[in-house]
Amino acid sequence: MTGEAGALLVVEDLSIEFRTREGIVRALERASFTVGQAETVGVVGESGSGKTITAHAVMGVLHPAGRVTGGSVRFRGADLLALGEEERRGYCGREMAIAFQNARAALNPIRPVGRQIEDVLLRHTDLGRSAARDRALELFARVQIPDPPRLHGAYPFELSGGMCQRVMIALAVAGSPALLIADEPATGLDVATQCAVLELIEELAHENRMAMLLISHDLGLVGERADRVVVMHAGHVVEIAPSAELFAAPRHPYTARLLATTPHPDSRLADLRPIPGSVPDLREALPPCRYRYRCERAAPECDEPPLPRVEITPGHFVACRRPL
Amino acid sequence: MLRMIGRRLAAALPGVIGVIVVTFLLNRALPGDPAAYFAGPAATPRAIEEIRVKLGLDKSLPEQFGLYVRDLVRGDLGTSLTTGQPVVADLRARLPASLELTLCGLLLAIAVGVPLGIFAATRPGSWADHIARVLMTMGNSMPVFFSALLLVYVFYYLLGWAPAPLGRLDAFTPPPGSVTGSFLVDSLLMRDGTVFLAAAKQLVLPTATLGLAALAPIARITRAAMLGVLASDYVRTARAGGLAPRTVLYVYALRNALLPVVTALGIVFAFLLGVNVVVEKIYAWPGIGSYALEAVMTSDYAPVQGFVLTMAMIYVALNLLIDILYGVIDPRVRIET
Amino acid sequence: MSAPASGAGFALRQALRHGRHLLAENPLSLVAFVMMVSFLGLALLGQWIVPFDPLASDATAQLQAPSRVHWFGTDQVGRDILSRVVVATRLDLAISASAVVLSFAAGSVAGACAGFYGGWLERITSRVVDTIMAFPLFVLAMGIIVAVGTTLTNIIITIAVINFPSYARMARAEVNVRREAGYVEAARLAGNSPGRILALHVYPNCLPPLIVQASMNMGWAMLSVAGLSFIGLGVRPPTPEWGIMVSEGAAFMISGEWWAAFFPGLALMLAVLTFNLLGDALRDLVDPRRRT
Ligand SMILES: Nc1ncnc2c1ncn2[C@@H]1O[C@H](COP(=O)(O)OP(=O)(O)OP(=O)(O)O)[C@@H](O)[C@H]1O
Ligand SMILES: [Mg+2]
Repeated sequence: MTGEAGALLVVEDLSIEFRTREGIVRALERASFTVGQAETVGVVGESGSGKTITAHAVMGVLHPAGRVTGGSVRFRGADLLALGEEERRGYCGREMAIAFQNARAALNPIRPVGRQIEDVLLRHTDLGRSAARDRALELFARVQIPDPPRLHGAYPFELSGGMCQRVMIALAVAGSPALLIADEPATGLDVATQCAVLELIEELAHENRMAMLLISHDLGLVGERADRVVVMHAGHVVEIAPSAELFAAPRHPYTARLLATTPHPDSRLADLRPIPGSVPDLREALPPCRYRYRCERAAPECDEPPLPRVEITPGHFVACRRPL
Repeated sequence: MLRMIGRRLAAALPGVIGVIVVTFLLNRALPGDPAAYFAGPAATPRAIEEIRVKLGLDKSLPEQFGLYVRDLVRGDLGTSLTTGQPVVADLRARLPASLELTLCGLLLAIAVGVPLGIFAATRPGSWADHIARVLMTMGNSMPVFFSALLLVYVFYYLLGWAPAPLGRLDAFTPPPGSVTGSFLVDSLLMRDGTVFLAAAKQLVLPTATLGLAALAPIARITRAAMLGVLASDYVRTARAGGLAPRTVLYVYALRNALLPVVTALGIVFAFLLGVNVVVEKIYAWPGIGSYALEAVMTSDYAPVQGFVLTMAMIYVALNLLIDILYGVIDPRVRIET
Repeated sequence: MSAPASGAGFALRQALRHGRHLLAENPLSLVAFVMMVSFLGLALLGQWIVPFDPLASDATAQLQAPSRVHWFGTDQVGRDILSRVVVATRLDLAISASAVVLSFAAGSVAGACAGFYGGWLERITSRVVDTIMAFPLFVLAMGIIVAVGTTLTNIIITIAVINFPSYARMARAEVNVRREAGYVEAARLAGNSPGRILALHVYPNCLPPLIVQASMNMGWAMLSVAGLSFIGLGVRPPTPEWGIMVSEGAAFMISGEWWAAFFPGLALMLAVLTFNLLGDALRDLVDPRRRT
């Protein structure tokens, strides 16, 4: 699932483990995908499938308990995992940026939100203090925050969830990155705000020719906006395909199930049954295919070791021995 | 901001009332006849009776409490049998010595403990972290009088680096003119370098003792708070924004981590006020702690009561200060009220 | 009805499994455990195994440095310091333990009732707690002792009083969390009286964190007891007690006879260290997340 010469971001065989007192959690195993120049790639999967930690690993801000145990992350050809801390930092905020899940917690609770934007601006641009302030106000206006001068001095706890999300987005695009990672930018907001926030992100990406990694557990939401979709399950990438193709002909049983649970005009299957079983416990020994025990198509051959990666049609990858 | 301070003041009031009630009750719990007690051992029955009336001890308990509060408001805490002076005058004369010592100790503990905690938290699992943790556990287990005596033995007896543990100044140095009562500050105000040096020398060991005692809890809390904050979402945001490590550490992590530390300072200070008594005894420091202990030896209760009351009031005031400081650091407290 | 029991059983099994893991990971806990057993042994048997009578003075052997005969040396009236340090173990441990048990019992019951019943009970408890907490605790202890007199009982009660708030607060918070729990509701529907629910279902479930608190509190209680003795407000001489012994030896530190104060101080420090380490280990056992 790699290749694509000239891709902006290439993640290859990325594996992540967490050390906990209950044992080692193999939270991500050999995940590979790419993001092209100015392309929007969606990442979907149930809660706990490893979307967020993948994003964190790409940004180099994994939780201290987590460790990248293998694979590579290449940005414009440079292997980020091999870089020193100082060089790595040069990419953060300027080349790639992230709008975190749960924006309120991701903002410093005791620093005015405007100052937090200015911190990033001062770091990545040649602007002086007052110019940075002007630019921060512009950014606030751009992400449709009402009354920027007033909210510039506000603290996160004074803002609504939607406003925090907008501040988070402004923070992420402040350094004009080439790649924007948006981790569930709409989760936890009401439907109207959700749409507004997503539209805003799309516009920003389009305006600045930013590539985007759009993370969500909502396949329908991502499908509409992404060029390609990466489907994750329990720390594995199970399917990658262009959006239209994925919706028209999902090949992995999990994707098909996920589609079935998503009310979407394009979805082939119309029943809304939940996916049987639950995401397996990643601390235990797992079969090669982690969907094995939830899968209705499972067969003995599924227990044979390496998890296959098949390019079923050009640009459509599936990690399954018995694809649909 | 002003409203917040007002609210804090109001919130401190029950504590003050509690302190006054408790000291009153303790006073009445004194064994034997308080009148005879206050009259002294050589008093005649008539004199005792006079004292009883004078002290209001022939009245009912609520009335006595009223009188007690009235005296407090007037600044009358009784007379010390030992010195023959009003207790308030004695306390006023000796308080600066105690405060100077306690504050120096607290400052030392903060100056060492906070960096130590940060150092340990930013290198979890390293040898430095382990050493810091051992130091913290050891520090929590060290009786203050023991560490004080060890310091005296090593630095006075063995090495001869420190002056004899006999008060605020050696016998040959005259005290500076009294402005604030703090010898360090006063000697600086008088531009008297010799006195300043002499006072500083005397302060070194007792300050170190207090500092060591308060070091462990401060370092421990700083380390725990820092660890929590460094794993927080907003520090991750700062890192993902590519901010310089210094900015991440000081502007994003430390300022947030200081909130629990500032809260803990109140408890640490209360602890130091207690420790202070022991330290004053060992270093013959003429503060209110040793004043109270001298009074204890002669079963003279009024100074002890004044001492307890003063300490409690200092503590209440400090907590007030900490609340305000907290409000300055944390906008959530400042704005939401 | 069986919910709390099975909950406790599960917790116990988990704790045991976890305990083994912790001992392997943190050998310091093992050291602390061995030390505690030794201190308990000295407290129980000390007076029969010491080489000298801890009270017998000897005018010919005053302030002798540690030697083959007197391992820890002798004090200003020629008493054997080793014997006194060993014999003092029982008294120091007993006073602190009694005080901790007393404040644990009073604080947890008062706090639990306050949290469970609310109303005036809660107001009174929190008023008492706030009032005690308004004082620097050691200073309050001094004030109380001077007023009520330095008997053994008074010392124990005083130390218990100043430790009361921490238990009461904790118990109240724990009960508040559990008051609406499923098993409480079940017991209520089964027709149990509120008092019975509190005593049989809620209170026992609040105990683990309180026990951790008690073990962490023990070291502090020992420091307070010895501290009071040191300033002359505790146990009276010539009783062997660590605080007094340090106090009596203090004057000789300046003139170089370090052993008179050093050994009792060291014993106290080791005992406090032991209980602090045990407290840490116990906390890891009960609540792994609050590790520092
Ligand atoms: N700090 C951590 N400690 C231990 N395990 C962790 C930690 N963070 C994540 N994990 C593990 O990694 C797995 C993936 O987590 P991740 O947050 O990436 O899921 P997600 O797909 O983003 O889910 P969600 O939709 O809920 O955001 C989790 O199931 C968890 O087991
Ligand atoms: Mg996530």
